[in-house]
Amino acid sequence: MPEGTSDTATDVRRADVCAVAVADCFRGDGESLANPIGVIPMIGGRLARASFEPDLMMTDGEATLIANHAASVPAAERVVETFNPYRRMFDVVWSGRRHVMMGATQVDRYGNQNIAALGPDPQRPAVQLLGVRGAPGNTINDTTSYWVGRHGPKVFVEAVDVVCGIGYDRAAELGPEAARWHEIRRVVSNLGVFDFETDDHRMRIRSLHPGVTVAEVQEATGFELAVPDDVPTSRLPTPDELELLGTVIDPDGTRYREVPDPA
Amino acid sequence: MTPDEVAGRLRSGMTVGIGGWGSRRKPMALIKAILRSDVTDLHVVTYGGPEVGILAAAGRMSRLTFPFVSPDVPNPMTGGSVPGLDPHFRAARQAGLLTCTELDEGMLLLGLQAAAWRVPFLPTRVGLGSDVLRLDPGLRTVRSPYPGPDGGEGEELVAQPAIALDAALVHVNVGDERGNAAFTGPDLYFDDLFLEAAAEGFVSVERVVATEDLVAEAGDVTRLRISRLFTTGVVEAPGGSDFTDCVPDRDRDDEAQSRWFATAKDPDARAAFLEEWARA
Repeated sequence: MPEGTSDTATDVRRADVCAVAVADCFRGDGESLANPIGVIPMIGGRLARASFEPDLMMTDGEATLIANHAASVPAAERVVETFNPYRRMFDVVWSGRRHVMMGATQVDRYGNQNIAALGPDPQRPAVQLLGVRGAPGNTINDTTSYWVGRHGPKVFVEAVDVVCGIGYDRAAELGPEAARWHEIRRVVSNLGVFDFETDDHRMRIRSLHPGVTVAEVQEATGFELAVPDDVPTSRLPTPDELELLGTVIDPDGTRYREVPDPA
Repeated sequence: MTPDEVAGRLRSGMTVGIGGWGSRRKPMALIKAILRSDVTDLHVVTYGGPEVGILAAAGRMSRLTFPFVSPDVPNPMTGGSVPGLDPHFRAARQAGLLTCTELDEGMLLLGLQAAAWRVPFLPTRVGLGSDVLRLDPGLRTVRSPYPGPDGGEGEELVAQPAIALDAALVHVNVGDERGNAAFTGPDLYFDDLFLEAAAEGFVSVERVVATEDLVAEAGDVTRLRISRLFTTGVVEAPGGSDFTDCVPDRDRDDEAQSRWFATAKDPDARAAFLEEWARA
């Protein structure tokens, strides 16, 4: 546990634990485009850049990469580093200089992800979602992580209905050349942090947030998770990180509305 | 041209590309003209926004090639926007009313680029391993004729076929009468590429100015990204993106977009909305 942090889970708010868990996904990425999509991912990404990964580049959610640390910045206050319209984003993605954190409506044990549609018939979906978006291209070209705000068995499923983002089993079938840039680094949820650092790339508990039990997370997961002998507790934010989150990155506390504290 | 003259150039069954991105800079004045015409059975190719649900609900579209359809609804947490789901598109798709080709966002870019460059396909790693290949049995792979990175056999790649358009419809900020035009907002999206991939390209603009004023009106020569080489007709349509945005001229009108979405469960309200909207 980092020096100076609280040693009781009750002092810590879940959203802050999620934000630092997201930030840690970008650790070591250096000068690349950190592209977290969504509220907690954006806050966590900004935290990484404001602290231990100062060379990360990040979007304003539109057509520029900006230097501001705040997660939500009015257009007039943005410090623009470069022009990055959608057209150019593919140059970045296909060059591999990017780590995206996307959402997932479904994700399976090998990290296959679905945001397109639910149901067995792809031409007549039971539930139409967004579409495949950029997930196929992200996962074959870039490091990809996923954020799931509400961990449950309908999200973490045995098999996703439409493979948008490809997981480790699909990548392995392609062979080493096609899959050489495939990496699903982490899945961060409101219950814990998961990785694929097992022999067969099955999803593994990397850490559970304070107060979450293995039984609880297994019950909320529709497949069997790999469980290490000793399950770490997700690290707590340092005082410096809490200060950054509360005064610079997310002073309005939007993270607490996205991830409520456990009852 | 007028919007109705553009619609008059379209024929039922055509493949029509629509510019913009999500709820951003959609050529709604031209979409309205389609609703006023008798054109039907369209194959729409787009980074989809509300025009998809509108054309589906109006029974004008039978086929769709898309990487996403999303209205970019307001995000109450950040004041920005989140993708969101389009209830009219969902209803049409879930009822089995559309034949769809689902592509990665970048595959659509390559398909348009291939058509623009008059080659049958462009190779890409994008799509390998994903279900876009399963969902579209016509999609082929191609073996690179060059050695792979280890000096051995060349890599297998997706051969994204050209997506040739019969017509493209886009809406940008400013243009001249001959078909040169500029975007003054943050992003051109892929509007130039839609025009270059199309046999006939139609541009509606917020305002038509004299050619000698175009650079000044656009702000900078680098904004003049649409040239008359690739446009067939220009329409002056102030407010032509309707409730989708056309920044800096206009922000997205979330209230109007919400009113349209709210008709999803009521066929009478939906028909009434479209009837009134297409005439406005």
